[in-house]
Amino acid sequence: MDTFIQQLINGLSLGSLYALIAVGYTVVYGILQLINFAHGEVFMIGAFGALTTSLVLFNGNTALWTLPVMIIGAVVASVTTAVLMERFAYRPLRNAPRLAPLITAIGVSVFLQELVRLNYNKVPFTSWNPFNLPDAKSRIPFPQIDVVTGPAIQVGGVTIQRAAIFTIGALVICSALLWYFINRTKMGRGMQAVSQDADTARLMGINVDRIIVVAFALGAVLAAVAGVAQGLQNNNIDFRMGFLAGLKAFTAAVIGGIGNVEGAVLGGLVLGVTEAMATQYIPGQFGGGPWKDVWAFVLLILVLVFRPQGLLGAKEVDRA
Amino acid sequence: MTAMLEVRDLKVAYGKILAVKKISFSVEEGQIVTLIGTNGAGKTTTLRTISGLIRPASGEILFQGKRIDTVPAHQIVSLGLAHSPEGRKIFPKMSVEENLLLGAFSRQDSEINQDLDETYDLFPVLAERRAQQAGTFSGGEQQMLAMGRAMMSRPKLLMLDEPSMGLSSLMMKVIIQTVRKLQPQGTTILLVEQNAQAALSLADHGYVLEVGTIVIKGTGKDLLVNDAVRKAYLGED
Ligand SMILES: Nc1ncnc2c1ncn2[C@@H]1O[C@H](COP(=O)(O)OP(=O)(O)OP(=O)(O)O)[C@@H](O)[C@H]1O
Ligand SMILES: [Mg+2]
Repeated sequence: MDTFIQQLINGLSLGSLYALIAVGYTVVYGILQLINFAHGEVFMIGAFGALTTSLVLFNGNTALWTLPVMIIGAVVASVTTAVLMERFAYRPLRNAPRLAPLITAIGVSVFLQELVRLNYNKVPFTSWNPFNLPDAKSRIPFPQIDVVTGPAIQVGGVTIQRAAIFTIGALVICSALLWYFINRTKMGRGMQAVSQDADTARLMGINVDRIIVVAFALGAVLAAVAGVAQGLQNNNIDFRMGFLAGLKAFTAAVIGGIGNVEGAVLGGLVLGVTEAMATQYIPGQFGGGPWKDVWAFVLLILVLVFRPQGLLGAKEVDRA
Repeated sequence: MTAMLEVRDLKVAYGKILAVKKISFSVEEGQIVTLIGTNGAGKTTTLRTISGLIRPASGEILFQGKRIDTVPAHQIVSLGLAHSPEGRKIFPKMSVEENLLLGAFSRQDSEINQDLDETYDLFPVLAERRAQQAGTFSGGEQQMLAMGRAMMSRPKLLMLDEPSMGLSSLMMKVIIQTVRKLQPQGTTILLVEQNAQAALSLADHGYVLEVGTIVIKGTGKDLLVNDAVRKAYLGED
């Protein structure tokens, strides 16, 4: 029983990370029918934003109070990246055939990875801060914040990593705020309207361009928080971290029903728990850690075969 | 006196196909004006161009004396021009009340709730079902919702694109009565219809559109007895 609970917690913590990133795929898809494959990089840049904030402002200080500032740094980095990406890469292709923005997304993704890999240590903070930013060609240690990292907590036979609590808590708070934004604010209602029928939304006086920017920014905020969570969980970050996390989160969005925000959260959690359980309970040569990614995508295939609209139903794309 | 809406030499193209070929018409304040014509005549295209959803190839559109043909679509409704589109286009996954509130999206004032109550008075069916998902409504109910939603912006000019589409004759009567009620409240109406009989009996002025060109114009009364109109649009020979 302890093992089961242990894996459930591991799965929920991993799944919360996927869920936080998956929301960004789904919100943008819901409005533009665009799969923003560069969203994984928005997550990665969030982690680097947090790291940079800590290195430049706090210089080794890992007190708990620095964490909120790091999160703000992450959010600024991610949102800036996402908004610029929308403005300069996707907006010019708004009326192009759907393949064009998709290929562009892959290009943006590679561009951002290389940008970080080659240039991170050249960021000119050094003139006013005696601190050199590290080289991003290899993994960089992520600041381990007091209280949120450190010795795991033991409850009976179950070990709970502190960073796991942070991640799950972050998902709970972000989901609640997101729900409130989408369902209870005017801008959120405008966003739903654009996703259901963009032209009619314009007749209501809704600025569709503005809503699209908000959608990208919203996804970026959650991805930034995920970036910090990942840094805390893994103790280090690197320029490639967005690839697999992004792919998994996209998978989660599809499993939940792409375009559906609740679906993205549920899909993330289901995917995380599936991976954890498969690692633990599948015996023999197909079990264990190395196979967990395989089981994640097996789950995707099963969902696509038996419930192609996803667990909670995708946004219908039958706009004639 | 300048007209509330004036369309001058309007041309609209989809690619190389001219859907609207140099039409001119105007709508005076307080009037009901109708644009009738068969399928593909260019009626919807004209309304969508006035609303800014499509850009004209040439020509001018003036609303209360000001050019609006370069104004972005989302800024047009706050000038006082509301458009209830063809096929109703209500937001299916939102409640009746949310749909109505979206109609007031462009407004900042504090009287939105008051107008909500007035809309419910005008369409009691909507009041009973304010929490219901709009996509589950019947065609007639959706039409009332679409009209109510357009009214929520407090328009000076309301454009209705085929409100009769797919409705029973009973439902038609309700819609016609509603249009009649709006006029004395000071709302000017531009009504696009295939149902020429209903539209012309309501209208002060009418224009007949045929493959992108206005072929006949006159008062509603005159057009109702016009031979060509009777033959082509009122099903008489
Ligand atoms: N998005 C579009 N792309 C290309 N052609 C279009 C488009 N929309 C309309 N058309 C063409 O423009 C012409 C006018 O269409 P429009 O919808 O304005 O007619 P309508 O008078 O509203 O007809 P109906 O009574 O059937 O609604 C038609 O020939 C139509 O095929
Ligand atoms: Mg039409």
